[in-house]
Amino acid sequence: MTETFLGMPATAPRGVGHLRGDESFPVAARRSLADAQLRRNLGHATATIRTKSAAVIGEVPDWQELREAGRAIKTDVMARLPELLEQLEATVTAAGGTVHWAADAVEANRIVTDLVRATGSDRVMKVKSMATQEIGLNEALEAAGIEPVETDLAELIVQLGRDKPSHILVPAIHRNRAEIREIFLREMPGVDPALTDEPAILAAAARRHLRRTFLSTRVAVSGANFAVAETGTLAVVESEGNGRMCLTLPDTLITVMGIEKLIPTWADLEVFLQLLPRASTGERMNPYTSMWTGVTPGDGPQDFHLVLLDNGRSAVLADEVGRQALHCIRCSACLNVCPVYERTGGHAYGSVYPGPIGAVLSPQLTGVEDNASLPFASSLCGACFDACPVMIDIPSILVHLRAQHVAAYRSEHRVPSPEAITMAAAAYTMDHLPLYEAAQRASRVTRFAGRRGGGLPPPLSGWTLGRDLPQPPPQTFREWWAQR
Amino acid sequence: MTSRELILGRLRAALGASPTTPGEVTRDYRPAGGAVDLDVLVHRLTDYRATVHRCSDGEVARVVDAILGGRRVVVPPGLPRRWLPDTVEVLTDDDLPTDRVDAADGVVTAAAVAVAETGTVILDAGPAQGRRVISLLPDVHVCVLRTDQVVAGVPDALARLGPDRPLTWISGPSATSDIELNRVEGVHGPRNLHVVIVPA
Repeated sequence: MTETFLGMPATAPRGVGHLRGDESFPVAARRSLADAQLRRNLGHATATIRTKSAAVIGEVPDWQELREAGRAIKTDVMARLPELLEQLEATVTAAGGTVHWAADAVEANRIVTDLVRATGSDRVMKVKSMATQEIGLNEALEAAGIEPVETDLAELIVQLGRDKPSHILVPAIHRNRAEIREIFLREMPGVDPALTDEPAILAAAARRHLRRTFLSTRVAVSGANFAVAETGTLAVVESEGNGRMCLTLPDTLITVMGIEKLIPTWADLEVFLQLLPRASTGERMNPYTSMWTGVTPGDGPQDFHLVLLDNGRSAVLADEVGRQALHCIRCSACLNVCPVYERTGGHAYGSVYPGPIGAVLSPQLTGVEDNASLPFASSLCGACFDACPVMIDIPSILVHLRAQHVAAYRSEHRVPSPEAITMAAAAYTMDHLPLYEAAQRASRVTRFAGRRGGGLPPPLSGWTLGRDLPQPPPQTFREWWAQR
Repeated sequence: MTSRELILGRLRAALGASPTTPGEVTRDYRPAGGAVDLDVLVHRLTDYRATVHRCSDGEVARVVDAILGGRRVVVPPGLPRRWLPDTVEVLTDDDLPTDRVDAADGVVTAAAVAVAETGTVILDAGPAQGRRVISLLPDVHVCVLRTDQVVAGVPDALARLGPDRPLTWISGPSATSDIELNRVEGVHGPRNLHVVIVPA
C-alpha cells in the first residue's frame, strides 16, 4: 500500500465516491451528443447564464482587480495550507466547534456516519455540497440505515429522478421544466396532480414537500464555500433558503469541507463574496449567505462538527503546475462558457466535477491514469481561463496533464503508440529537406483521399474522425518559388 | 499516527519539493469608503423583487399595517414597539418553539447593515433582529433599515461586521435558478421581502 505511505501526498482511493466514470469521455460523450433533448436543455441554460453573468460582471469597474486579488489570496493559501489549517482548527475549536480530519472519502464517510448515529437520528437533511457528492456520502449513510434528504431544488430533482448530477451549480441542468414536472408527479408523495410546469409552481411544490422535513430533522450535513482561518467562520452561499434551514434548525450540524476552501482573513471575504455570485449565478449577490462561527448559544445548532477532507488534495498540491486547480471556488463559470461542456453535458465527464475544471481536477485527485481521457476533453480554446473568477489557467494544466499521461503511457508500454510513431516520423521528415519536399508532393494524394467526409484510410483514420483534413494546395510555395 | 498528522505531513511533503513563497496580495480593487447612493440600493432591491418603502420612523407602523394588518407577526424581543400597529397579533420570540414561528404569517426585524451596490440587507442576530430562525420560517419578512446602516459595497459591510455573531446576508426574497437557469422567486425562505428605509 504505497498510496498510504506515511506523509506522502496521496490520491483519492478507488471504490468509493464519484470521481471516476465507468467509461472514457469520448465513449460517454458520443452518447450525450446523440441526445437532442439534452443538447437543447444545455444550450438554452448555458446561454441564459452567460448573458446574465456578463451583464452583472459588466457593472463592476474593478472585475479584473478582484480576479487578480482572488488569485493571489488563493496562491498564498496553498503556500501556507498546513499552518492555516492548524489555525482554523484552533479558531473553530475555541468558538465551540469540533474539528475532524479525514484523510480520504472512506474516513470522511465513517466520521459523518458515526456522528449521525451518535445523535440517534435515522435521517439527515443535506445542503448541496460538492465535497459530500465527491465522497459518496449519501450511499454510505444509506448503507448505515440513515436516510439522506437532499434539500437543494436541483439536488432534489436529481435524487427523486434517481439520476446523477451534471453541473456543479445546477445539478439538474440537463432537465427541462416538463421533465421536472413529470419527476415530481411520479416521486413526490401527496403532490397536487394538477401540477403545471410553471417554474414558480414547481418551486412551490418543493417548498411544501420539504417544510416538514426541515422542521423535524435533528441533524444536517452541509459543505462550505469559505472558511476563515483567522476567525473560524464558515460561509455557505445559496439561493433558496434550504441552506439557512439546514444551518439554523437542527440540533447538530456537520460540515464537510475540502481543505482548499480556506481563506486567511475575514477581510478576504470581500473579494470572494464579490467574485462568486457574479461568476456563478450571474447575480450581484445570491439571495442568501449564511456565516457562522462555532456555536452561538440560543441560536442555531448547539453541536457543530467540521470535517476537513483531503481525499487526493495533497496530491494536487504536490504538482507545481496543477496545484492552482485547488484555487477553484466552484462557481461553474468555466462549464457555462465551454463549447465541449455545452454539447456533451456533465455526465460524460464521469466525475462529480465536470467541465473544464473537472477535466483538470478529477485526474489530479485520482491520479491521471484513472481519468486519462479527461485532459483531452477540451479544444484548448481558453474560454474557461477568461471566465474563471480566480484566473485558473485551465488550458495550461490540461496540456501539462496530457504530457503526464503520455509519459505514463510510454513508461508502461514497450511499443510506442501509433501517435508517437507518426509524430517521430514527422519530426525526422521536417529535419531533412529532400524528404520534406517529397512529402509535400506526396501529400497532394490526400486531395483525393481526404475529401470532406472521407478522411484518411486506416491506420490514420482515427485522426480524421473528428477533424477535417486540410486541403493541400495544387502547388506548394517551394514549387511556386522555383518557377520565378 | 492520527489522520491530522497524516494530512499535515502530506501537505508539508507536497509543498516541500516545490514551495511557493507566500505572496503579497495586491488589492487594487475598490476599497471600503465609497459614496453611498440610496437610489442604487432601492434599484437593486427592487430589481431582485424586494418591495421597498421609504418613510419616516413614525410611519413604519402604518407600513407594517398595510402589509401584515390582521395577521400574526413574530418579532424579536428588542424590536422597537412603535413599529408595530395595533392591528397585528404580536408574537414576541422568547425562545418560541419552531412550530409556533412556522405558524406565524410574517416577521418584522431591524437590520445591521445594507449594501447598496448588491441590494443586500444583513442581519447579525442583534436584539432587534433576533434568532436566525424567526426571519426564515414566516412567508413575509419586513425589514426596517436606517439610512446610516447603508454602505456602498461589500468591503464596507465586512468592515462593519464581525465573526462574533451569526450573519445572514439577504438579497431579495428566496429564489432559485435551478429550473433552466432562470431566476424564480420563492422556494424555502420568505417569498415576500419588504425593506422599509427610514432616516437615521
